[in-house]
Amino acid sequence: MTGFLIIAVLVLFAVAVWQMKGIFQMSQINKSDDSQIANDKDNRFNGKLMIWFLVFFYVFLIYGFWKWTSVLLPEAASEHGQDIDLLMLISMVLIMFVLVITQFLLHYFAFKYHGKKGQKAVFFADNDKLEFIWTIIPVIVLAGLIIYGLFTWTDIMNVSEDEDTLVVELYAKQFTWEARYSGQDNTLGEANVRFVEGMNTVGIDASDPYSTDDVVTRELRLPVGKKVLFKMRSQDVLHSAYMPHFRAQMNTVPGMITQFAFTPTITTAEMRQNPEMIAKVENINQLRNDKNVELTAKGEETLEPYEFDYLLLCNKICGASHYNMQMKIIVETQEDFDAWMAEQTTFGETLNP
Amino acid sequence: MSTEAHNHTADHHDDHGHHHKDTFITKYIFSIDHKMISKQYLITGLFMGIIGIAMSILFRLQLAWPDKQFTVYEIFLGKWGAEGIMDPNVYLALVTIHGTIMVFFVLTAGLSGTFSNLLIPLQIGARDMASGFLNMVSYWLFFLSSIIMVMSLFVEAGPAAAGWTIYPPLSALPQAMPGSGAGMTLWLVSMAIFIASSLLGSLNYIVTVINLRTKGMSMTRLPLTIWAFFVTAIIGVVSFPVLFSAALMLIMDRSFGTSFFLSDIYIAGEVLHNQGGSPVLFEHLFWFLGHPEVYIVLLPALGITSEIIATNSRKPIFGYRAMVASILAIAFLSTIVWGHHMFVSGMNPFLGSVFTFTTLLIAIPSAVKAFNYITTLWKGNLQLNPAMLFSIGLVSTFISGGLTGIILGDSALDINVHDTYFVVAHFHLVMGISALYGLFAGVYHWFPRMFGRMMNKNLGYIHFWVTVIGAYGIFFPMHFIGMAGLPRRYYTNTAFPYFDDLANINVVITIFAIITAAVQLVFLYNFIASIFYGKKAPQNPWKSNTLEWTAPVKHIHGNWPGPIPQVYRWSYDYSKLNKAGDDYVIAGQDFVPQNIPLQEDEEEMNH
Repeated sequence: MTGFLIIAVLVLFAVAVWQMKGIFQMSQINKSDDSQIANDKDNRFNGKLMIWFLVFFYVFLIYGFWKWTSVLLPEAASEHGQDIDLLMLISMVLIMFVLVITQFLLHYFAFKYHGKKGQKAVFFADNDKLEFIWTIIPVIVLAGLIIYGLFTWTDIMNVSEDEDTLVVELYAKQFTWEARYSGQDNTLGEANVRFVEGMNTVGIDASDPYSTDDVVTRELRLPVGKKVLFKMRSQDVLHSAYMPHFRAQMNTVPGMITQFAFTPTITTAEMRQNPEMIAKVENINQLRNDKNVELTAKGEETLEPYEFDYLLLCNKICGASHYNMQMKIIVETQEDFDAWMAEQTTFGETLNP
Repeated sequence: MSTEAHNHTADHHDDHGHHHKDTFITKYIFSIDHKMISKQYLITGLFMGIIGIAMSILFRLQLAWPDKQFTVYEIFLGKWGAEGIMDPNVYLALVTIHGTIMVFFVLTAGLSGTFSNLLIPLQIGARDMASGFLNMVSYWLFFLSSIIMVMSLFVEAGPAAAGWTIYPPLSALPQAMPGSGAGMTLWLVSMAIFIASSLLGSLNYIVTVINLRTKGMSMTRLPLTIWAFFVTAIIGVVSFPVLFSAALMLIMDRSFGTSFFLSDIYIAGEVLHNQGGSPVLFEHLFWFLGHPEVYIVLLPALGITSEIIATNSRKPIFGYRAMVASILAIAFLSTIVWGHHMFVSGMNPFLGSVFTFTTLLIAIPSAVKAFNYITTLWKGNLQLNPAMLFSIGLVSTFISGGLTGIILGDSALDINVHDTYFVVAHFHLVMGISALYGLFAGVYHWFPRMFGRMMNKNLGYIHFWVTVIGAYGIFFPMHFIGMAGLPRRYYTNTAFPYFDDLANINVVITIFAIITAAVQLVFLYNFIASIFYGKKAPQNPWKSNTLEWTAPVKHIHGNWPGPIPQVYRWSYDYSKLNKAGDDYVIAGQDFVPQNIPLQEDEEEMNH
C-alpha cells in the first residue's frame, strides 16, 4: 500500500518535472522575448494548466473520499454524537457543493479569459444586484447553520443532573488518567491537589464523608444507556479529555472543575461487531502483520494483534509524553458494570484496609 | 509636533534629491528610507522562513517514519537527535518554533512589514513614512527579536516547546517540560520586543496613510493594498498590546511568584504555593490577539491579491466599495471571535454560543471577497504572470481553507475536531498557505520596484505549479486524519495501535511536504540571482495604474525627483472605454494611471 502511494506521488512528481520541461522548451522558442512579462504563449500555456490543475483537484478530492473514508471515526457511540454527525454531514455537503462550484469558476475563468493580443477586457466595476445576491445567500445559509448549531450545542452542554445520572471524575496528570466514581451516594467527595499523598493519588479530602465510598480506577467503565456526567480536574498542566468515538471533549484545567455529559449508546462488544470497525481492525492488523515480518527478520519482538477499544486521549499539549497519555474506555451492560464496580475497593477501604 | 511634521513634508515637497551623501552604514544598515527598510524586512523574513520550513520538514519526517532513524536529526538537532532518533521534547520544540516563526516572523513582519513599508509611501504619493526614524527602530527591534528567537534554539535545555500558544501552566513551569526554562524566557523576551516593533511599525503606517496622502488621493481612491495595510495596522495596534500584557503576566508568574494563571498545582512531587489564578484567563488574553493575528497575516495578502488580480486581469477590481466594506467588517469581527478557539476550554457554554454566532458572521464578508475576485477574472484579459498565478492560487486556498472554518466555528462540531489535524489543515490552508501565496505574489509583482530588475518568469511558473499541487497534497489529506480523530502535537501516532492505519496518509503528506519545500529553493535561487543578474526592469512592467510605477526605477530618497504626483482618479481604470465606446480612454492603452487627469471624452466615475 505504502509502495503504491509512493509510486503515485513519484508519478505526479514526474508529471511536474515533465511540465517544467515544457516550460523550458517554451522559453527556448521565445528566446527573442526575454522581457520576463507573460506573453500570449505563457498565458495560453498557464491557462491550460489551470484546467489540468482543476482536474487534479477534483481527482484528488474523489480519491480522498474513496480511499480514506475507511479511516474515519465509526458511527457515534453516544446520543448527542448522532446529532453532531448529522450536523457535520449537512455542513460537509454544503461545503463540498460550494467548493466544487467556486473552484470550477475560478480556474475555468482563469483558463477561458487568458490574455490574447487584441482581446479587450470588459470594464465591469460593480453591480449592486449581483453583490446583494451573494451577500444575502451566505447570510441565509449561515443563519440556518448557526441556529441549528446553537440548538445542538445548547443541548449537549446542558449537564443538568437527575437521579439517574452517573457522576464520574476524570483526573488528569502528566501523563496518565484516573477516574473516580462517586459510589453509593452518587456524590464525589471534596478534593484538592494539596491532599495528594501516597495511595491518595487524586487528592481526595478524607474528612469529607462523601468521599468514603468513592472508587478510583485506572480504566473507565461506563454502563450503556445511562447519562454520565464527567467532572474533570487536572493535577499539573492543561490536558484535554478527548473521547472521539463519543464526540466528546473538554479541557481539564488546574484550579477549576470542568464538565461534560453524554449517554453512551453502543457497548464495546457491539462496536467490535460493527462492519466498518471490523474492516478497520482487519486493516490495522494487516499492517501490523506486515511490520511483524520485518521485525521477525530483525529478530525483534513482534506486535500483538489489535482489538478495538474506545479511548480517552489527551488532546492538549502537556509535555514530552503527551502522545501516549490515554485510558481505555469500556462500555458494557449495567449488570457487567455493577459486577465490576462491586469488585473495586472504595477510598475508605484503601485508607483503612 | 504636528506643525513640525507639517513643515517637514512641506520642505520635502519640492525636494530634488540633493541630500548629503549616504555612507554604506546609513544606506544599507541604519537606513531610514522606507524602500531599504522594506528590503531588510523581506530578507530577514525570508531567512526566518527558511528556518521555519526546514523545521517542518524535520517533524514531518518524524511523523511519517517514526520508527526509522535519520542522520539528518543528528546533524541539525545534535544531542536531541542522537543516533538519528528524535527526542519527544525537541519534536514539541520544533512545532512550537515553526508556528511562532511562521506566524509572527514570516507572515506578520515578513509580509506586512515588507509591503506596508514599500507600498504605503509609494502608492499614496508620499516622500517617506511619517517617521523614518521610528520605522528604522521598528525594523531593528524586529531584527533583535529574530536574533533572540534564533538564539533560544541553542539553549541547553532546549527552546520553548509548549506550542506556539504557550498555554500556562505548561509554559510557566520548567518542572513540566525542559523547554519551559530558559528557552521560554527567551521566547517571551523575543516576543515582547517583537510586539514593540510591530506597534511602532503599525502606528507609523496609520499616521502615514491618514496624513501623507498626496493631493487628490481621497480614501475612496486608495488602492485596496493600502486599505488592507491600513486596517491591518489598526488591528495590530488594538490587539498586540493585549498579548504583551499576557506575556508580561506570564513572566511575572514564571519569575516573581505571582499567580495570574496558576492555581492548585502538584508537580514533581510537591504542591506549588500558587492559588487563584486561571489558565483560561491566559487563553482569553492570548486569543484576543491570536485571532486578529490571523487577519493581520491574511488581510495584507488579500490586499496584494486585489491589486495584482485587477492589474493582470486588465479590469477594475469588482465591487471596490464592497471590498473595502468587507475589509472593515472582517477587521471589526476579527476582534470579537477569539472565543472560538476556546469552545472546550471550560469557559461558560453560553459564551460558546455567542462566539459561534460572531464567528459564522465573518464568513459573509469573506464570501463577498471570494465572489468579487472570481467576478474580476470574468471577461478579463488575464496576463498570467507568476504574481497573477499566485494570486489565483490564494483565492483557491482561501476558499478551500475558509470553508472548513464553517465546521470549526460551529461550537457543536468543534467538540470533536478541536485540536485535531483537521484544525491544522484548516488554518494552514486559509492563513498559512494563502498568506504565503500573497507574499510570493507580492515579491514577483513588486520585485522590479524593489530591485530594479525582473525575476525569471519560467522559474516562477515552475515554483507556482509545483507549490500549488504540493500544498494541496500536504493539507487536503490532513483533513481526513483529523476527522479520524488524530490529535495534533503527537510525537508519534504509533504508541497505541488505533491510528496505525493513518501511517500511509502521513507518508503521503510528508512526501508532498518535501517536494514543496524543495521547490522553494527554485524561488530562492530566482530571487537571489535576479537581484544581481535579472533583466533590467522597465519603469512600469505590468502596465499598472498605481503611483509607485510613476517613480523612476532607480531608488532615490524621496521617491520622486520632481514634485509629488497629483491624483485624479481611483487606481482601477483598466480597460475603461471613452464616451463613444470605440476605444480606451487613452487611445491604444488599456490603463490610465492615477496621476492622469480626467480626459475630455471620458465619463467621470464616482471615485
